[in-house]
Amino acid sequence: MSEKIAVELRHVTKRFGDVVAVNDVSLQIRDGEFFSLLGPSGCGKTSTLRMVAGFEAPTEGDVYIHGQLMGLTPPFQRNTNMVFQAYALFPHMSVAKNVGFGLEMKKVPKKEISRRVEEALELVRLPGFGGRRPDQLSGGQQQRVALARALINRPEVLLLDEPLGSLDLKLRKEMQLELKSLQHRLGLTFVYVTHDQEEALTMSDRIAVMDQGKVLQVDTPTDIYERPSSRFVADFIGETNFLECTVLKWDGDYVELEVPGMAPMQGRSAKELASGDKVTVALRPEKISIQKEQPAAGGNCCQCTVESVVYIGTDTNYVVRLDSGQSVRVREQNIAPSLRVEVDEGAMAFVFWHPESALILPD
Amino acid sequence: MGKYVLSLMERMRRSKNVQVLGLLSPSAVYLLVFFLLPLVIVLLVSLGKRGPMGSVVYDWNLDNYTRFIDPIYFKIFVRSVWIATANTVLCLVFGYPFAYFIARRPKRWRNMLLLLVMVPFWTNFLVRTYAWMIILRDSGLINSLLMLTGIITEPLPLLFNQNAVIIGLFYGYLPFMVLPLYASIEKVDFSLVEAAQDLGANALTAFRRVVLPLTLPGIVAGAIITFIPSLGAYVTPDLLGGAKAMMIGNLLQQQFLEVRDWPFGSAVGFILMVTVLLATMVYFRTGGKTV
Repeated sequence: MSEKIAVELRHVTKRFGDVVAVNDVSLQIRDGEFFSLLGPSGCGKTSTLRMVAGFEAPTEGDVYIHGQLMGLTPPFQRNTNMVFQAYALFPHMSVAKNVGFGLEMKKVPKKEISRRVEEALELVRLPGFGGRRPDQLSGGQQQRVALARALINRPEVLLLDEPLGSLDLKLRKEMQLELKSLQHRLGLTFVYVTHDQEEALTMSDRIAVMDQGKVLQVDTPTDIYERPSSRFVADFIGETNFLECTVLKWDGDYVELEVPGMAPMQGRSAKELASGDKVTVALRPEKISIQKEQPAAGGNCCQCTVESVVYIGTDTNYVVRLDSGQSVRVREQNIAPSLRVEVDEGAMAFVFWHPESALILPD
Repeated sequence: MGKYVLSLMERMRRSKNVQVLGLLSPSAVYLLVFFLLPLVIVLLVSLGKRGPMGSVVYDWNLDNYTRFIDPIYFKIFVRSVWIATANTVLCLVFGYPFAYFIARRPKRWRNMLLLLVMVPFWTNFLVRTYAWMIILRDSGLINSLLMLTGIITEPLPLLFNQNAVIIGLFYGYLPFMVLPLYASIEKVDFSLVEAAQDLGANALTAFRRVVLPLTLPGIVAGAIITFIPSLGAYVTPDLLGGAKAMMIGNLLQQQFLEVRDWPFGSAVGFILMVTVLLATMVYFRTGGKTV
């Protein structure tokens, strides 16, 4: 991944009538990066992608591809290619004709098209499929043909609009790894749109989380997960418990928080906090532990009542209720049967967590 | 014995083939009586000869068919094919953009636009053809306007010729072309056009390589239901064509009602039907190809 910027959006806004689909978005996507736009339906991620492709023009702001201002340049003059959500394979053409279409448009000689089509099909692990027609292929095969059709043109940037949405779980996971390995091998810049946070976390070098047209946070998957910058991001990515607390004391590194229903909690904050400040603490379920007896001193601890215990194979999910009445979700990994915490529903238990796991969200 | 017959009837009633036959029989009877039978009658009469007072003499010959090759009659046939083809091409050239326009409007507009296409049909076809006479004649709308503004001093001969017939047919059959075209265009997934553009095709190329091939069934359907009636047109050439633009339909009328040569008329009719059949086969051949 170089420091060269492949795609840049500067204060891009897109309005459809009264609806603001994309609201003052500025992004820099580096060359060779796998960059994801992640967010719920209607957050503006697809509109943003389409503006990079050239299917929509920004109402305000500019799109740059490798430093060149795109302006009103139409899609067929841009060096980008798109893999569409529903693949958009030409039904009246064979697989070979589909894949070679881009080269035909560039007036590449027939022999070379033939050779490169076969190369592209091998790249997506569909060798010899040239003679088939799209309606004879399975969903996964169609998706790979769509990928080959885009990659064969060696675009500066590859744009992918939720391409794995209609595949079954196992195939989707396979394709995620394949896409990632392909991107790495070819060294291309991928801009990937998805609403599936696990997908984004798996494949991306960096993620831009979007909601209602705005970009909330741009970071690596680790930072997005461990250090969400807002309540929305903390809630959208993975699972989070939110505790409303009041600051008691901040010593420059650690902070003591008053939490309804339990003894004062220890947290960490690099940001300055004053006594009396109201803050929201984000606490992920997997960072909380549960046991029947009161734990040894150190760390944050709280008595609770177990509301539900759900075994899902790899983990056991608990929902407990603190004395304040708040529900907290806890996730424990099922490491070994002998180590498993045997708490029943309705019983009393203790939950505890490390101060570093208590994340203080900026308001 | 009775039990055996009953179980046989039960099996027949349940058999799929018998059910299908049962459903088809009313239509089959209808087609037999009102289509096949008259066709056979026409064929038989065409092999006869005109007798005195306009009766039919069945002496089994092909004279009527050889007579058709005579330039006088063959010219009419060629003119009919030409007019029908010109009309179909005109309807296609103007109908396609029109249908495309409607198909690309927001949904709520489309129904209204389609309704507007159908509105002319609420007026009788004969009345609409007379309206064209009023527009095209020497003292008609167009000529009056042009003479009033001083562009011309003598009226243009717009009526009673081949072009007037083509105009009249074009006006009458445009909706027949637009509707199947619309149905075909509307089904096209326009993300395919975006995909083509993404791959380097400009708007025209995207249209030519993606939309046109996918709407070919609509074009074929529209062409068939425009060409066939145009070929056998009678009212339009009669009113708008005068003596100079006689088509097969007029020839048929002349032979059956004026000259009363039913055998020759039947032969002409049979030739018309065979032409239509061949045209339909050609259309289906070209329409069925894919890239």
